[in-house]
Amino acid sequence: MKFSLSWLKDHLETDAAAATIADKLTAIGLEVESVEDAGARLKEFVVGYVVLAEKHPNADRLRRCLVDIGKGEPIQVVCGAPNARTGMKGVFARAGVVIPVSGEVLKVGTIRGVESHGMLCSGRELMLSDDHDGIIELPEDAEVGEPAAHALGLNDAVIDVAITPNRGDCTSVWGIARDLAAAGLGKLKTPSVEPVAGRYPCPKTITLEFPPEAISACLMFAGRLVRGVKNGPSPQWVQDRLKAIGLRPISALVDVTNLISYDRGRPLHVFDADKLKGNMKARLARDGEQLLALDGRTYTLDSEMCVIADEAAAHSIAGVMGGEDTGCTAATVNVFIESALFDAVRTAATGRKLQLMSDARYRFERGVDPQFVVPGLELATRLILDWCGGEPSEIVVAGGVPDRRRAIAFSPETVRRLGGLDVPDPEIIRILTKLGFAVSGEAPHQVTAPSWRSDIDGPADLVEEVVRIYGLEHVPSVPMTRPNAIARPVLTPAQKRTRLVRRALAVRGFNETISFSFIPRATAALFGGGDEARQLENPIAADLDALRPSLLPSLLAAAAKNQARGFADQMLFETGAAFQSGMPGAQQTAAAGLRLGNGVRSWTKATHPADVFDAKADMLALLEAAMGAPMTAPIKAGAPAWYHPGRSGTLALGKTVLAVFGEIHPKVLAHFDMKGPAAAFEVVLEAIPESKSKGKSAFSPSPYQAVERDFAFVVDAKVTADEVVRAVKSAERALIEAVSVFDLYEGKGVPEGRKSLAVSVRLQPREGTLTDAEIEAAAQKIVSAAAKATGAVLRS
Amino acid sequence: MTDIAILERQILDAVTAAGDEAALDAVRVSALGKKGTVSELLKSLGAMTPDERKANGPAFNSLRDRVVAAVAARKTALEDAALDARLVSEKVDVTLPVRPEPQGSIHPVSQVLEEVIAIFADLGFSVAEGPDVEYDDYNFTRLNIPPDHPARQMHDTFYVAKQADGSRHVLRTHTSPVQVRTMLKQKPPIRIISPGRTYRVDSDATHSPMFHQFEGLVIDEVTHLGHLKWTLEEFCKAFFEVDAVEMRARPSFFPFTEPSVEWDLRCDRSGGQIKFGTGHDWLELAGSGMVNPRVLENCGIDPARYQGYAFGGGIDRLAMLKYGIPDIRSFFESDLRWLRHYGFAALDIPTLDGGLSR
Repeated sequence: MKFSLSWLKDHLETDAAAATIADKLTAIGLEVESVEDAGARLKEFVVGYVVLAEKHPNADRLRRCLVDIGKGEPIQVVCGAPNARTGMKGVFARAGVVIPVSGEVLKVGTIRGVESHGMLCSGRELMLSDDHDGIIELPEDAEVGEPAAHALGLNDAVIDVAITPNRGDCTSVWGIARDLAAAGLGKLKTPSVEPVAGRYPCPKTITLEFPPEAISACLMFAGRLVRGVKNGPSPQWVQDRLKAIGLRPISALVDVTNLISYDRGRPLHVFDADKLKGNMKARLARDGEQLLALDGRTYTLDSEMCVIADEAAAHSIAGVMGGEDTGCTAATVNVFIESALFDAVRTAATGRKLQLMSDARYRFERGVDPQFVVPGLELATRLILDWCGGEPSEIVVAGGVPDRRRAIAFSPETVRRLGGLDVPDPEIIRILTKLGFAVSGEAPHQVTAPSWRSDIDGPADLVEEVVRIYGLEHVPSVPMTRPNAIARPVLTPAQKRTRLVRRALAVRGFNETISFSFIPRATAALFGGGDEARQLENPIAADLDALRPSLLPSLLAAAAKNQARGFADQMLFETGAAFQSGMPGAQQTAAAGLRLGNGVRSWTKATHPADVFDAKADMLALLEAAMGAPMTAPIKAGAPAWYHPGRSGTLALGKTVLAVFGEIHPKVLAHFDMKGPAAAFEVVLEAIPESKSKGKSAFSPSPYQAVERDFAFVVDAKVTADEVVRAVKSAERALIEAVSVFDLYEGKGVPEGRKSLAVSVRLQPREGTLTDAEIEAAAQKIVSAAAKATGAVLRS
Repeated sequence: MTDIAILERQILDAVTAAGDEAALDAVRVSALGKKGTVSELLKSLGAMTPDERKANGPAFNSLRDRVVAAVAARKTALEDAALDARLVSEKVDVTLPVRPEPQGSIHPVSQVLEEVIAIFADLGFSVAEGPDVEYDDYNFTRLNIPPDHPARQMHDTFYVAKQADGSRHVLRTHTSPVQVRTMLKQKPPIRIISPGRTYRVDSDATHSPMFHQFEGLVIDEVTHLGHLKWTLEEFCKAFFEVDAVEMRARPSFFPFTEPSVEWDLRCDRSGGQIKFGTGHDWLELAGSGMVNPRVLENCGIDPARYQGYAFGGGIDRLAMLKYGIPDIRSFFESDLRWLRHYGFAALDIPTLDGGLSR
């Protein structure tokens, strides 16, 4: 919402400067986006009198001009404008002045042998208009040497305010002035609207033709005919006023509507009555009905939209934009003025659907004053009569003004209770009254909001009015109580676990990433997703259309990009949601990590290509960090399809899959157009069991010597290491403290289809030092247990 | 010179001359072995008379002791020399780089979130979380944004496709639905912050279609705007690690709060860095307000008895401000260079006692 200072002063008696007004506006909730003070911006530009303009000696299209600026000798400039001529007055910039359009300092130059010490400016160069065909011509009475802004009528600050969706009343200079007056910045002096008596019955009737469920689309429609008008340019002051806020003056009839729209927040429309067929009606559009609007575009409407129509066709998209075919032109003689009350929600929806913003929609969707339908029409009539002449009909009205006003019981104490602010009761009453509220009775008062404040719902809204006008800066800072003298822990076990997991992975060398929750559908499909239920209806980009079923595709996509940048070795992880469907809650908090590359090259040969055992180690480290103890549940071979079928594993607790890991399937790598090797893990963090015991058991080391014995077993190649280790452990549960696999061999010396697996067993007695015989007996048990469970034989 | 003296001289010379352990051992055997010269002398004592033995015994024994000591000393010297030689041969170029160890890092959003939680936890706020896909009802309707209300357009909502049961949900546009969920299941007093991913159809240098918000909610019988102001001031001082901040309040509009207030922070942006508490610039900090009685009603809390405040801010935005990160979109591009540059070391754990940042 833009307005100029002089316009504001039509409604507000004030001496306040633009800057003061702007600060106050922001302070009371009308946030100032910009204050454009053209007078200040153009203060270096002066009125110049062209003493002489003659053809440039060396160029046909250039002129050599001498410009008098009221002091010193006339200044020589070279000018290319076709309208530069002796005796004119223009806007002059001396060398050294910054030209607004380019932001560059104007320099003394020599153009084809003639020195130029300044410039006569075009509207475009001053960023006042798009006109660059010629230089600005100032009126003859402009005083040479005075600031050009004054001669241009630009000595007026223009303030742009962002209006929140609840403040329809402040889409007008009137409403803004009212707020400012309440805030103590002057006195409201908006002229009242005098009715204009009609001289004859309106020849057109108006009807509201809506099905019962759509009656709110247009509750009231008032109109009148003015015949015998002469449409021409509006008065200069009106044109200046509209131009100052960036509107293009069109004609007197159209400018009337724009002026009242900004002045009073009352959108209107004027039809050329001679182009209308029969009576007027407001109705819903028909599906597919088309309308060529005033912006020159044809819109296809639907039955959710409201239109103003005559007996033949729709001529205006209600509350949004009028039609081209029935618009007023210079030839218009009879004009029909429409002032209606359109529904905020429907108007907004229509504008959105048609992608059409307009000053009318801006106001209707914030809510206009229902009591100002007829006054707005009267005001428009008065201006049309003043500017264009003509003879007004009586007003016809269909529907009526809905009165939704109701009294709110309001205790002044509420201001202190909610706002933390002590405002004296008389001041509360003063503020509310100044804003147009009716306040009656002793406390608690009965407060009724004015018709233009449909946003007022209850006491909390009244507190807001009082607090914002009294001044939020007066709200004191009040310490909150501490629920406990010393703060207690607040994180849930799950939240704590996620933190531990992050830190543990970072310690291992992983870089944490955070990526979008949406990925390309084709990619999602590779990871068990990509179904309709996980699609976004309105993705930000066509390839960010699917909720990710896993975090891994995000890591792979990121790694592929980094790989293309030359990072061969990467370790990335993320924690976040993986989605099972598009239902709320159908998501799991997961952690995924990816290792990529052959290992950083080193003279130490200390690194190796990323493989399944890296991923397994990462996964186990993560689980241990989360649980505070090693994860001992068995791991099964195989993982989902995006992993290498022979180099991947799954860790499940019962039916709940806790983690999967492995090398990435080559086809998946190909999908991401990246090179392996790559190994990854995915862990469902919320499936990690909570540790039940707190603290540790007592420390009781055995005083007796532990004994290590090695066993090299030959087993069938299909037998897993885990099977052998579990078999060995089962042989002497009390005695065996640890079993580790220290060698794996297949090849020469071991029969085809079999492998040699060497384990080291640590025997820890607790009741006495082991004798040779006891050790031998244990070894025998170990060998026979391994043989029984896995068919292992000792390698000879 | 006696024979013994001559013998001793010969042996000791041989010991000294022995160049390695084998030669020394040969000398030792020749002197102290079964048939060694010194051993023979000692044996000869057995055939002597007591007087002769008395006369020669001490000399022979002391000769043996001196030879043993000389051999041992020489042995030590030879071993030391051998060790020295080995150590010299084992010299490496210590300027060679160490074995590669990857440097992990924590994303700035995670780090800043931990900082924020550390601060609010001290005030007794717990951390509430909710799903990314939300019911329209929780994201909008219960927050006093009825269907088709123009205020919904402030949100640029992502919609998820229709589900099998015909329902249609949104990606939450703020973490306020977590407030709804909390109020529906917990009786006042309530003090929570709700951090998490949020989504809006928007993308430029200061907007990302996914970003992170944290919201605070306090519901009890007494909390008012003054408490809100104090909370945000204390938060800013703690978070930005400065002694004083100056805040400016602007009335605003949010359907879920009434009155609604936006807060700006005084700062100085000259010189490319942000300083707080000084300067002529104002930085938008948070949207906030007193929870709208309609919202309390919608969440089963009696607005005649309970009241409180809510506020919301961007975690990414706080990270950008505190750590000088220019473009929000870069947060989610997973560029390894960016992660390493702006990321935090694994052990940089923010605490109130040790300070939030290094």
